[in-house]
This record gives sequence, C-alpha cells and structure tokens, in this order.
Amino acid sequence: MSAYDKVLAARAKGRPTASDYINNIFSDFTEMHGDRRFGDDPAVIAGIAILEQTPVTVIGLEKGHDTKEKISRNFGSAHPEGYRKALRQMKLAEKFARPVICFVDTSGAYCGVDAESRGQGQAIAENLYEMMTLKTPIISIFIGEGGSGGALALAVADQVWILENAVYSVISPEGCASILWKDAKRVKEASECLKMTAGDLKSLGAIERIIPENENFAAVYKSISKLLVKTLHDFNTYSEKKLEEMLKKRYRKFRKIGEI
Amino acid sequence: MLTKDLFRKPKNELETSAKERKSNKVNIPDELFINCPSCRKTQLKADINESCGICPSCGHYYKIGARARLEMIADKKSFTEHDAKLTAVNIISFPEYDEKIEKARKESRECEAVITGVCKIGGYPCAVFVMEPRFIMGSMGSIVGEKITRVFEYATKKHLPVIGYTVSGGARMQEGIISLLQMAKVSGAVKNHSDAGNLYLTVLTNPTTGGVTASFAMLGDIIIAEPNALIGFAGPRVIEQTIRQKLPANFQRAEYLLKTGFIDDIVGRREQKAYLARVLKIHSGGRS
Repeated sequence: MSAYDKVLAARAKGRPTASDYINNIFSDFTEMHGDRRFGDDPAVIAGIAILEQTPVTVIGLEKGHDTKEKISRNFGSAHPEGYRKALRQMKLAEKFARPVICFVDTSGAYCGVDAESRGQGQAIAENLYEMMTLKTPIISIFIGEGGSGGALALAVADQVWILENAVYSVISPEGCASILWKDAKRVKEASECLKMTAGDLKSLGAIERIIPENENFAAVYKSISKLLVKTLHDFNTYSEKKLEEMLKKRYRKFRKIGEI
Repeated sequence: MLTKDLFRKPKNELETSAKERKSNKVNIPDELFINCPSCRKTQLKADINESCGICPSCGHYYKIGARARLEMIADKKSFTEHDAKLTAVNIISFPEYDEKIEKARKESRECEAVITGVCKIGGYPCAVFVMEPRFIMGSMGSIVGEKITRVFEYATKKHLPVIGYTVSGGARMQEGIISLLQMAKVSGAVKNHSDAGNLYLTVLTNPTTGGVTASFAMLGDIIIAEPNALIGFAGPRVIEQTIRQKLPANFQRAEYLLKTGFIDDIVGRREQKAYLARVLKIHSGGRS
C-alpha cells in the first residue's frame, strides 16, 4: 500500500471508531461527561472501566458511525472543552492510581470561531504540559487519523502504539500540498513526503509499536487487550521510585526527538 | 495568483500582497524609504528603526527581527548567546527544504528561527528565547524545539526565569512528525522548569499561531502580547474556509484575547523593557 492508500484506509467508512475499541476491550465502561468549565464535547468520550481485573481510565476521540452520529460528534474534531474533559479525567486517574488509555482518531482539533475564542491553543498546550508529568502510566493508541496538535493532545504517553493502517502527521497531506505547492492534487506526493505511515513513524522513533490489522477486527481487539495487560503489568508503578523512573523515561523519550 | 487578487485588500497579516511583501523588508540596509503597510505613508527607514519599529504616523507595528528585539530589552552587552551555530537539518529528506533553509539563512542572517541565551533586563539575570519571523515564518522545526528545550533545561539548572518572545506560523511541516513532537518536548521542559519553582513569561507578537500557540506560547505563568498581535491556533484563512463565513473584526487579536481571559495584559514595545524588569524584580523578592 502507498502512503496515500494508508491515508484513505485510515479514513475509510466502516473502520472501527474509538467507541468500538472501548466496548470490545473493556468491561464496565462508565462514561463521564463535561469539563466542569464550559460544557460537554461529544467528540471526546471519557470514562472509567475494567481491563481484565485492572481499573483504568479510557479516553477516545470519537468520529461517530452513521451520518447523524458523525454530525453530533463533529466528525471527531474536538473543541477546547473536549481536551479539558480529557485532562480532568486524567487528573482523576492520577488521584486513584489508574492507568490512562487513549484512542486517537481525528483529522485535527476543530478550527472554528468558538474553538478559538475558548482557547483551542491553550487547551492543547495544557494537555501536553500536564501529561508529561502525570503520575500514572499513559498508553495512546492511534486507530485511524492522527491529525496534528489535536491528536498529540492525547498522545504525550509512555507508550504510543499505532494500527498498521493508521496515520499520524503534523498536517493533512491535502493541507501540505495546497500550502507548499498551491496544488491540492499533489496529495499523494505529500503523503509520501510527510512520512506519516506506521512504518515511517516507527523508524523515526515517534511511536513504540505497530499493531497488525486483520479483516476480522475481533482479533485486533483481542491482541490490543493482551498487549495492554502485559504492558501495564510491566510498568508495575506501585512504588514511588518506579513512578519517578517512568516519568523520567517519558520525558527522555520526547526529549530525544530531534536531539543534537 | 489571479489578476483580481492583485487588487484585493489582504484579509489579514498572514496573507500579504506582493506589494506589501516588498515593503516589509525593514531590515535591508540599502533601502532608505518604506511604505507603511497600514497607513501607506512613505517613511525614512531610519525613523522607523529609531521608534522601535513602530510607524511614526499611525502606530503600526512592523515585524522586527530577533536581534533588534533583544537590543530593545537586554541591558547593554549583557546578552550571551547559546547554541548559535545550530542550523536546521532536512531530517526527513523533504523535497526543496534544503533550498528553503538556505534562502531563509540568507534573508534572516540567522541559522534558525530562534535565538536563545542569557541576559540581564534592568539588572536582573534571566534566560531568553526570541523567535525570528524572517526564518520560514518563525516556524518550529527540530532545531527550534531543541534550542528552546536547552534554554529551559539550562534555566532550570541555574534557577533562572525564562522570558520568551514568540512569532510563528506554527510547526514546520517540512520536518513532519519530528516538528509536531517538538511541541511535547518543549512543553515537558517548560513543566520541569515550572515544577522547580521558576518564572516563565511569554510575549506574544504578531503573528503567533499553530503549534507554537498550542504549546510553549500559552504556557507562561505570565502571558503578555503586543497591541493588535494575531494570536490563535488555526489561522484566520483556515477558519474562514472551514466555516465559510467572514470572521468578526478584532477576532484573534491581542485585545480579543485579553477580553476573553487568555492573556494577562497588552504591553507596547516601548514599555516592554520596563515591564519585564518590574516583573523580574517582584519575582526576585523585590530586591533591586
């Protein structure tokens, strides 16, 4: 598959969305709404659940399934209150020593008048800042589109995983082609140049693991579940010292991107 | 460009007409006169340089280079530059990027879109970073992220406040995911600096957008902006295309951000040095 084929696959109709992963991987999912400041953003699903026997906090950027749901969820493009809702749940996860698992699938943070006037930039910045030192393990899984700052706002994690056909980029290939070459038709070329596929991201050190896809997504859910259980067990953050080590490692991981 | 576009008034600062691009070359020494892009009056370049890059007739703020800004705020001969030689690298072999870097280096006479170091302001020592608008629109690539991260790590170790001037089109797309991840890297360095009890103050200048707004620009303990500076996550053109509506006047301007509660104050260029010195004084226990 070419890079552009992967972009199309990541956006394909019928591809499972965050709520499919949440419903298939966890039990007892209990959704929590609202950021306690402005409102509730349907583009972000957040709540608490059980993974095997472990309580966890789960957050997802949700695109929706049918047209009606897609519209109500703003096609997975969050407003500032969505990022603030996610951060509120992360802070609770820290308080109750629950690991945080994020599912990322968005073309980007919403670009609109309301989003700007409520501080889209400030909301994303605050998530990056707080997540770097959040005292509980964070695992982020890219399941479809990983669009720029709006995706990164849920991906300052100890482990970042990506599905084989998901993508993650600083800008959409369409945006890149039209800004750089004033020609939106050169989108295939832009997809290649941006190095946004799972394989490229792995070799650049931007992600830790590629999760193979299977037409039967039940197998994918099962493999993610197994991996999560094993990884969280390995974190073993019960002592203060282990927690400090984990945070140092989290900082080092991002610190070394582009280090000279 | 379509012919009709030549005669259209630009919608915002990010969209400059060809005529303006020509007149914006404030720092080219062989040009004696320039036309103010706001009031269109012809002025002596020397007069504008004298007045901190502010138009003497209408008060328009010209974009000014990082060195000129440093001169305005740092005490004489107090600035020591860090990592002066670090230059952008074509990290993901992006087409035409090498040429772009070369051109930016010539135009700005800088190695990258940010200058970092230490200086004194009103006698108070601090670490500084100042972004350079003429280097690929002050965009953030891996070296910009690296230099700012280093200055924060240095300031954390030395227990120094950080003063940062931002001007940026956002993350630099020619470095792909590496530039996006600089947002997380710098934010982490800011957090460590903050957790150690140190002060961070940002001065947002025109324009500050994209990944820079969505990371270190908005993370200051104190955030001030220059009058009329455009500050936002998405650029106004992108928003207009998304919502297919004209944006309200003043939208994403410093005055709007002050009203909506996202910045602490608006401070004019001439008053900035005194403002910074005062804040540094208060944060060093009031000693002068």
